[in-house]
Amino acid sequence: MQIIQPHYHAIARTAQDYERMAMSGVVAVCEPAFWAGFDRRYPETFIDYFAQISEFEPTRAAEFGIRHYCWVAVNPKEAENKELTDEVLRQMPEFLEKETCLGVGETGLHKSTKNEIESLEAHVEIAMKYNQLVLIHTPHLSDKAHGTKTVLEVLAGMDVNPDRIWIDHVEEQTIEPVLDAGYWAGMTLYPVTKCSPRRAVDILEKYSTERLLVNSSADWGPSDPFTLQESIVEFRRRGHSLQEAVDIYHNNPCRFLGQNPKWDIKPITISEE
Amino acid sequence: MLTPQKTLDTYYLEARRDLLEVAAMLDRYDRSVEKEGKPAADESKLNSLLEALALLSKKDHPESNRAEQLLVHFAKVS
Repeated sequence: MQIIQPHYHAIARTAQDYERMAMSGVVAVCEPAFWAGFDRRYPETFIDYFAQISEFEPTRAAEFGIRHYCWVAVNPKEAENKELTDEVLRQMPEFLEKETCLGVGETGLHKSTKNEIESLEAHVEIAMKYNQLVLIHTPHLSDKAHGTKTVLEVLAGMDVNPDRIWIDHVEEQTIEPVLDAGYWAGMTLYPVTKCSPRRAVDILEKYSTERLLVNSSADWGPSDPFTLQESIVEFRRRGHSLQEAVDIYHNNPCRFLGQNPKWDIKPITISEE
Repeated sequence: MLTPQKTLDTYYLEARRDLLEVAAMLDRYDRSVEKEGKPAADESKLNSLLEALALLSKKDHPESNRAEQLLVHFAKVS
């Protein structure tokens, strides 16, 4: 089965992960810009990072026949540094023109501070100005419900098209308001935190899957790129068809990301001869 | 052995995850019952889980043997 990893931090992962993903059907990964585990001090560090994910990382993925796309943004944690954020945002549009860059992300909220909210608004404004897709991170654990509500309030006050915005890391307590407002919702499957493969399938069974995306977890912390495959096995074990699985784990990313013409992977229909 | 605080800090998120999985499994069962229009013919496994949760929610376990108690409890279900 062909699979797309919509949210994958490749720079924190090994070539062996690429190889194993290729062997298990992954045809494309999308790498949002994220927090490196420490706060970067210089805008130039971000610019080099954006070059890494837009220029170098696609070559590493290509070694294994995997397409690599990226998103650029200042993540919410580092958005607390307003001076750095402003300078990175000033230089960001040049990366939006890169042939594998799909949009602005992951912006969003971490502790929902004033600076974070201003950064989120600035990112969304740039995305709208340059007609880009937006990927929005929502907070972890005890900050999640409040942070997600704040994200929705911020977006409600802006001139945005919900079709082009993906709000990520939803769980049972946050998915409904995101879908009700017309946005795409992403579930992120971690070994310990956020959602789990089985709970994700519960959510897929409970809600309309039309605007749902499923991510594995792939970063420098405790994470596992193969939680996505685990979720697919669970989905199929519950009796859902191969076409239904393809629709969720391959075609939904194609439908959302395909709003950017740079994304040329098409939805797949299974046929029998 | 870890200090009491370190024990909580080390294992809280994993325990949280495991409890969420139990909660999700019980929700899954409820939705299945709703869809089928009837419960499982034999609900002894469900009842065993609910009794185990009740056992865990008791505050005092002077022998610190909750795992042992659960294993004895689960042994009643075939």
